[in-house]
Amino acid sequence: MSRAPGRIEARFSGRLGDFTLDAEINAPAAGVTVLFGPSGCGKTTLLRCVAGLERLPGRLVVEGEVWQDEARFLPAHQRPVGYVFQEASLLAHLSVRRNLLFGFQRTRDEQRINLDQVVALLGLEHLLERGVARLSGGERQRVAIGRALLSQPRLLLMDEPLASLDRARKAEVLPYLERLHSDLAIPILYVTHDPAEAARLGDRQITLSEGRTGPVIDTRDEAQGARLAARLAEVGPERLFEDLCATGVPPELAQLTLAALLAGLPPWRISDGGR
Amino acid sequence: MGEIIWLTVKLAGITTVLLLILATPVAWWLARSQAWWKEIVGAVVALPIVLPPTVLGFYLLLALGPDSPLMAPLQPFGIRTLAFTFEGLVIGSIIYSLPFAVQPIRNAFQAIGERPFEVAATLRASPMDAFFSVALPLARPGFLVAAILTFAHTIGEFGVVLMIGGGIPGETEVLSIEIYRLVEALEWDKAHQLAGLLLVFAFAVMLSLLLIERRTGRLRP
Repeated sequence: MSRAPGRIEARFSGRLGDFTLDAEINAPAAGVTVLFGPSGCGKTTLLRCVAGLERLPGRLVVEGEVWQDEARFLPAHQRPVGYVFQEASLLAHLSVRRNLLFGFQRTRDEQRINLDQVVALLGLEHLLERGVARLSGGERQRVAIGRALLSQPRLLLMDEPLASLDRARKAEVLPYLERLHSDLAIPILYVTHDPAEAARLGDRQITLSEGRTGPVIDTRDEAQGARLAARLAEVGPERLFEDLCATGVPPELAQLTLAALLAGLPPWRISDGGR
Repeated sequence: MGEIIWLTVKLAGITTVLLLILATPVAWWLARSQAWWKEIVGAVVALPIVLPPTVLGFYLLLALGPDSPLMAPLQPFGIRTLAFTFEGLVIGSIIYSLPFAVQPIRNAFQAIGERPFEVAATLRASPMDAFFSVALPLARPGFLVAAILTFAHTIGEFGVVLMIGGGIPGETEVLSIEIYRLVEALEWDKAHQLAGLLLVFAFAVMLSLLLIERRTGRLRP
């Protein structure tokens, strides 16, 4: 059995209802890996497969530990993941404090993050004793993130955690997400359809289209970005598009890259899947 | 009179406790199972709603009588029949009120949806853990409604109790039967008292049900 410490290796392929997923993730287990694509492209399904909430034929190895292969399927409650759903999905019968501690009390792993740290990180001091019905949308999502962190995940899965929030609430939660990134050493798989979010939070990006994944793109390579931007100014978007396609970049990915360049967002280096 | 009221309340109380324990796994299965035949079970559970109580009572009388094969396992313990006993009345009441307990609990379980269980699973709760720490507390209003309905329905039952109980004083004579007996004996004053008592009780039950509904409706996130 191949052991690859420090990586997330997933490959799922199969049908779920009338949707076909044929997806691969092969990325370092560090920083934020963005799963990017339009709604209905399968990114949530892929994330649910990683969490064990959905079961499709395939293989999943996280930091050398096999969570799924032909012979085994680790049930969701035995996987050390934290999952942040699109809607906060707090447990309505519990206070904020007891929501936060729900996973914390059940984990058998070494407790690296405690309540005080999470409360400070996410600014939850004044909310602890409240019932969850009396929270704003942004507060609910922060509690959901804190709850996931306190379950001591080795991998944090976030499914469009900002999508259900309005612009003001988004602006409220986004800085906390960036702090997660800089303050914690937990690798994150982050699903979004918002290019600005992807650019702001992601270290690398995997684009999905109709259930299929593209290669892993490094979004923090500034030299590459500057070169592409210069080339764009020089030859124009159509020629650059053709150039990118000629080097083996899938058309939809080349299009995204161009769109990002034109929007002034950090452009993305095409890598060979991070190997 | 006091004895009859006590016996009626005792019957309703015991029935309610036993039925909640019995109805919970049935309701859980009906709410969560994907089996195609689950509605057949659902229909059997719901039968007492449409079945004339006398029909149910008649079959129970046969099932709990001395010649019933169901009673054979109890023979070594010196029990030949449960017909015309308090225990038989409890069994009859449980079956008679089964749908009134199962339905609200099933609805409450169904209203929870899939998400809280996914949340619990990603927070390391095993399915059994999630049942106790998530499903039961979230379904609490359903349990409250089930308990109230079962209790009230048992207080008010007549046909089944008459068929399998027979109205033996101190053993199976409950309020509804006493009212019938009083009217037969033309003791209208006493019948009035008991009937009035049950009327007030019934009103209190309906009021509390509506209040629970309003409160849980408002609390739903």
